[in-house]
Amino acid sequence: MEEVVIQADKLTKKFGDFTAVDAITFQVRKGEIFGFLGANGAGKTTAMRMLCGLSVPTSGEAKVAGFDIYKETESIKKNIGYMSQKFSLYEDLTVVENIRFFGGIYGLTNEQIKNKTQQLIERLGLTSVQKQLVVDLPLGWKQKLSFSIAIIHQPKIVFLDEPTGGVDPLTRRQFWELIYEAAHNGITVFVTTHYMDEAEYCDRLSIMVDGRIKALDTPKNLKAEFEVESMDEVFYKLARQATRAE
Amino acid sequence: MRTIKFLLYKEFKQIFRNRSIVALILFMPVMQLLILPWAADYEVKNINVALVDQDHSTYAQELISKISGSNYFNIVSSTSSYDEAYRSIESDAADLVLLIPPNFKRDLVKNKAQKLFLAVNAINGTKANLGAAYMQEVIKEYNGKLLTEIHSVGRNPIPHRAEVTFSNWYNPHLSYKVFMVPGILAILVTMVGGFLSALNIVKEKEVGTIEQVNVTPIKKHHFILGKMIPFWVLGNVVFTLGLIVSWVIYGIVPVGSLLLLYSFIAVYLLAVLGFGLLISTYSETQQQAMFVMYFFMMVFILMGGLFTPIESMPEWAQETIKINPLSYLIKVLRMIVLKGSTFSDIAPHLGTIALFAIGLNGWAMLNYKKTS
Amino acid sequence: MKRLLVFIKKEFTHVLRDKKTLLILFGMPIVQVLIFGFVLSNEVKNTNLLVIDQAQDSATKEIISKVQASVYFNIASVTFDVKDVEASFKKGKSKAALILPKDFEKNLMTKHVAQVQILADASDPNHATTIENYLTAIIRDYTNSLNTTMPYTITPEVRMLYNPQLKGAPNFVPGVMALILMLVCVMMTAISIVREKEMGTMEVLLVSPFKPIMVIVSKVVPYFILSMLNIVSILLLSVYVLGVPIKGNVLLLFAESALFISTCLSLGIFISIKTQTQQVAMLISLMGMLLPTVLFSGFMFPIENMPFPLRMISNIVPAKWFYIIVKDIMIKGLGFAAVWKESLILMGITVFFLGISIKNFKIRLA
Repeated sequence: MEEVVIQADKLTKKFGDFTAVDAITFQVRKGEIFGFLGANGAGKTTAMRMLCGLSVPTSGEAKVAGFDIYKETESIKKNIGYMSQKFSLYEDLTVVENIRFFGGIYGLTNEQIKNKTQQLIERLGLTSVQKQLVVDLPLGWKQKLSFSIAIIHQPKIVFLDEPTGGVDPLTRRQFWELIYEAAHNGITVFVTTHYMDEAEYCDRLSIMVDGRIKALDTPKNLKAEFEVESMDEVFYKLARQATRAE
Repeated sequence: MRTIKFLLYKEFKQIFRNRSIVALILFMPVMQLLILPWAADYEVKNINVALVDQDHSTYAQELISKISGSNYFNIVSSTSSYDEAYRSIESDAADLVLLIPPNFKRDLVKNKAQKLFLAVNAINGTKANLGAAYMQEVIKEYNGKLLTEIHSVGRNPIPHRAEVTFSNWYNPHLSYKVFMVPGILAILVTMVGGFLSALNIVKEKEVGTIEQVNVTPIKKHHFILGKMIPFWVLGNVVFTLGLIVSWVIYGIVPVGSLLLLYSFIAVYLLAVLGFGLLISTYSETQQQAMFVMYFFMMVFILMGGLFTPIESMPEWAQETIKINPLSYLIKVLRMIVLKGSTFSDIAPHLGTIALFAIGLNGWAMLNYKKTS
Repeated sequence: MKRLLVFIKKEFTHVLRDKKTLLILFGMPIVQVLIFGFVLSNEVKNTNLLVIDQAQDSATKEIISKVQASVYFNIASVTFDVKDVEASFKKGKSKAALILPKDFEKNLMTKHVAQVQILADASDPNHATTIENYLTAIIRDYTNSLNTTMPYTITPEVRMLYNPQLKGAPNFVPGVMALILMLVCVMMTAISIVREKEMGTMEVLLVSPFKPIMVIVSKVVPYFILSMLNIVSILLLSVYVLGVPIKGNVLLLFAESALFISTCLSLGIFISIKTQTQQVAMLISLMGMLLPTVLFSGFMFPIENMPFPLRMISNIVPAKWFYIIVKDIMIKGLGFAAVWKESLILMGITVFFLGISIKNFKIRLA
């Protein structure tokens, strides 16, 4: 058995009468790319925010990187990276300034920041725009930059919330190359998406419907289980059961 | 400590990147300090007088020349109809009507007493009160002169009188600008610090960048400190600019120690920034933060003792004012700048402001949550 | 017409949803009226006074007891030493000192003249002058009482018109009205229109079959109604809480308020058409509109004391004219004949800004 880095047990979040996340239980193993699928409003983002320590669960247990999500959120934060759905780097800072800032608050040394900055800019092909304000970059570049910054401190796990929303297929492809690279370097990737072609890239998938996990397995097994050819159809079959409006 | 360095680097970059805002932060207070003291001049002078002289005696003429010779009054019209003069009050052409009744001199000599009639537009109570007092003073003075003349010729008893001399300390020319400039400076420093800090965290909330920061292992107090220090520095810069303007334009040089002045400002800015941050943590949008801050600023300024003395307020208001930080700054700035008060004079106020700083920042820190 | 109502209803929903802002919009005039009415006052009362009695004779004792008995002063301490004064002033513990020198009574009786000295902390010059006037009056009262038969006195008889108790309220109620209308109409209208621009929803409205002018009209109606409600609440407070009655015609007062609200709304529309972001709209309304209103309407700062350039500027501030109108109708009880000129100026400003706005709006659409 490989090392488990995320362990969720009946994790629940309620907003008043509304149960956004309903007793989900799952495990994520070290080094895998774990896909978290669901229609809009299924509760993906809420679940992810609880695991990142941004939101306090109503009930249930969970451990991330071995730390409890109630009591040890600050320790969790040292071991994870997070990229939110909404672009959230500082648009009024330049590429280099953003890298420097986040490197700095994650406690990297000056030497490390310098090396990282250089590596990152070269790897992403941002040399010509490194002194430009982030606000002026195209969306695809912004997203690649935000991912690279999310893993700047070599976290154990990185959480990606619909990282490729609104970009063209080619850029998405490049983005997934970055994800593979990170996974190869031993970072566990926890990613939400609703692109089914992306779902095929994941090692294992969970599909959420109305706040519950309805299926969890490798893409291959899921297709076999539902006796269909593509993930699209798996998703369609499950999502049809949804009663919750968007 | 290293984290704070990175936070500061980022905040300063962001502030200085938006040049128009920086210009506004520095330019607006200077402009206001140049204009406001000229506008906020409550010296009561230029009182417009409509004369109704129904006597035309030598006494009446002497009195009129006394009035027109005083610094306070402009005689705008002179008629013999009271109704006409009254209409000039209705149209705001005159503030005060002085009626010298027919046979003024004759009756004064014959009956040994005489009445003059004053009608004052009292919509502005302060002006009316002082205007009437000045007019009575001129009349009494004239009366006194008249008496000595009469006594020097007649055999009347010499009256007993007290000769009152005044000395006006700290502001011998009774200049209103000397009074207002330190007060306005206090308000400007408060507004710059308050509004900037109120808008700051809420802006990160609106844009969404706060999420990215909250998911890092950054300490709450580091984050708040990183937000405060830049505005603290800016507040000091604005204050220094203000002192320079007061010196160059108004010739006001602090009588007391500069070190004491800056020490008080240093602590005061912490309190105001803490208040701004507190509002920031309670608001969802910049518009909301702005409105809430505007509301508090208005109450602080009106109840800060800038225009009207705090001692004149009712008891309950004076008690309420104890929680208005601005009132302390206005008071202390005037004390140090105009009177040269020393540390032991302002120590109680400094202590109170320090408590404000601790309380407000503590509250803001508790209310700023990295998790929801 | 029905469509217009639908739009107006939508705008109302927007306005009513943001409870915090709404609370402040209605709370602000109430708090302002109460502060002005009950807190701010230039009256001198309970002023702490030091008395330095170097004579300690029956005359000085009598003067001191007269001072003590007046509502204006609290005697903080009676000493012999002038040195205490400076320390007390510097701490802000007292505002003035009355010095009755040695042999006061003797001088008064034998030489017929005695000296009195008043030291005042004149950092607040008006306060100091008033204190000095009151103290002089008390002393003069005392000396007059010694001169039993005093011929040839001129007694001025003073009548305070419009506001015999010298309350602050008649002066500021019209001012608060102008200030609040400026805030609600100019700032809120400008921000709410610009917000639609910023979020892109303006485009959606403009491509709908609804006439563009109607879009603006529907934005403006809720603020017009809010403003009228604010006027009503200020007037009610003024009459029933502060005891400042409306002397003139109430209908005329409301008509003039509606005119001024229109002026403000036209300014708000103008700002919203000229700006692209909420922040800029907010800054312009605050710095360009609200500040001049406070400065130049004449209710807080006396215009006649200002230097010439500032007096000139005050003429283009709409609130100044509205303030004069309200004062004339409400406090002095005058009719339309007294305020037609001011009304005409306001109308002119309104037409001017609406004209430019409509022209600009059309250009943008073309």
